[in-house]
Amino acid sequence: MNIIVCIKQVPNTADVRIDPKTNTLIREGVESIINPFDTYAIEEAVRLKEKFGGKVTVISMGPPQAEAALREAISVGCDEGILISDRAFAGSDTWATSYTLSQAIKKIGSFDIILCGKQASDGDTAQVGPGIATHMDIPQITYVKKIEEIKDNKARVERLVEEGYEVRETTLPCLLTVVKEINVPRLPSLKGKMKAKSAVILTWKAADLACDPKKIGLEGSPTKVVKIFSPPPRKGGVKLTGEPQEVVDKLIELLKNDLPGRV
Amino acid sequence: MDYLLNEQQIMIRDLARRIAKEKIAPVAAEYDEKEEFPWPIVKILSDSDLFGVYIEEKYGGIGGGVLELAICTEELSKACGGISLCLAATALGTYPIILFGNDEQKQKYLPDIAKGKKLAAFAITEPEAGSDAGSIKTTAKKEGDHYILNGTKQWITNGGEAEVYTIIAMTDKAKGARGASAFILEKGMKGFTFGKKEKKLGIRASATRELIFTDCKVPKQNMLGKEGMGFIVAMKTFDKSRPGVAAQAVGIAQGALDLAVNYARTRQQFGQAISSFQGIQFMLADMATEVEAARALVYSVCRMVDAGAKNIAKVSAMAKMFASDTAMKVTVDAVQIFGGYGYMRDYPIEKFMRDAKITQIYEGTNQIQRGVIAQCLIKEALK
Repeated sequence: MNIIVCIKQVPNTADVRIDPKTNTLIREGVESIINPFDTYAIEEAVRLKEKFGGKVTVISMGPPQAEAALREAISVGCDEGILISDRAFAGSDTWATSYTLSQAIKKIGSFDIILCGKQASDGDTAQVGPGIATHMDIPQITYVKKIEEIKDNKARVERLVEEGYEVRETTLPCLLTVVKEINVPRLPSLKGKMKAKSAVILTWKAADLACDPKKIGLEGSPTKVVKIFSPPPRKGGVKLTGEPQEVVDKLIELLKNDLPGRV
Repeated sequence: MDYLLNEQQIMIRDLARRIAKEKIAPVAAEYDEKEEFPWPIVKILSDSDLFGVYIEEKYGGIGGGVLELAICTEELSKACGGISLCLAATALGTYPIILFGNDEQKQKYLPDIAKGKKLAAFAITEPEAGSDAGSIKTTAKKEGDHYILNGTKQWITNGGEAEVYTIIAMTDKAKGARGASAFILEKGMKGFTFGKKEKKLGIRASATRELIFTDCKVPKQNMLGKEGMGFIVAMKTFDKSRPGVAAQAVGIAQGALDLAVNYARTRQQFGQAISSFQGIQFMLADMATEVEAARALVYSVCRMVDAGAKNIAKVSAMAKMFASDTAMKVTVDAVQIFGGYGYMRDYPIEKFMRDAKITQIYEGTNQIQRGVIAQCLIKEALK
């Protein structure tokens, strides 16, 4: 089974601060990590490889330093890393990014499953995974919390929804985006780290991918960012005190005013 | 302090540090309380290849030496001096095979140990043979192609949990120290059983048991080295393993110091953090300097051992003695900085003090170490 994992290098959100003047992320001095949701995709890919054999190729679109993320993925069991990096890709939105990644996947050639994290912790759009599947015209299942079975060129998975989960089946090749409930990612091994250190990471540029220049980078991105801002801090709630009957009456009154027609 | 570690050593340090922080620290108190053997941690350590850091690559290891083992032990001990022992005591049980095993023995045992599939243990101590290792009573009598072992070993770290044991027994009592031999035993051999699990002051996540041999038949190819070499095997093993105990002590001391610094910064008294008081500052400064001095000595000795230096008994003893005395002092002071909270088992610091104590006792008490050092000094002066 050949698996492709798409990962993104993101700032470690644990120590991200926002510049109050420009309302943008202060990236200086912030550690870069693999998008936490992608670590579950990596782990699931490695588990599938351990079960069915085959190869795991991990790809990332980003600046040259994203190579570190690919090496980290190799240290936990991925076989190959490919960096999709070109100045021409700068400013890509989710549409252009998923187009570019789908071009890279077409260049890789044959695969059975593409795995992605459900979303990136910086942009939080959850669009790139589904975008890749759409560009490639293959089936997709998002928010997968368990791969139940892969047999006869079909995959049956559990898909997390708010009320519980759905069981869905798809033919292969397909794209799955995974949620953190799917597994517990392993730590790297020393031998894995040594392998990662000496691994050759391929770099593919726009010209290598036969990309339509109008579909990549800022020009290829239909999304225009008008404004980025920090949401205003939440105001404190209302605390109701008194006897239970009194408090309940007040609460119902408030709800009637705030949610007319529902109470 | 920068110890100019190479890339591989930094990899080992960072990985062990991450496992200590993410996987061991959160469960250390629970294992201490329950006195359970940390098998889930053993699994994590084996998956990470850390069990093989000091074992040759051709036997499935990483190919490092005593320094790599010390770095790993130190990092794990920062989180728990007991849990780190599953690995450190395995190394103690494995060194006799590395040092004196023939290729067949190495092929048979080292790959599984390097992968963490099997733990190992070393057994010399007996009820009446502690510091006086010469008075061991366990006998190994040759009968055809076998040796028949009878006797009891006491306080064996990893006892009952390990699969591979290196044992020192007397093959010829009349010859005294020259009548001892070393054997590799496997759990499950007929006549090889385990006694009670000890209840201890510290390192409670580590299992300590009696080994009991009752007409235990051991094939002669399980002998390490030649008949009569038992004490040489033991002494050469201790020369290699003492820096490991020292590293465990450095780790315990550093772990306690880190907690003490954090506590001093956050604990408010008289309207300010207690770290602003000179009395606390001087304590922390002394502790940090002592830990660094201990680490510098331990790493230097490890490098000397790994470089193949011949006379390492003295420096090896110095490292073990100095680092473990430092660990004891630093952990006592760390508890002092925590004040009343430090005395409570709800806080993690008292455990470090309990765990530190053993490092002054096992693998040769610090009095024995001082004896070794003094004998070397006197011998050197005679030359």
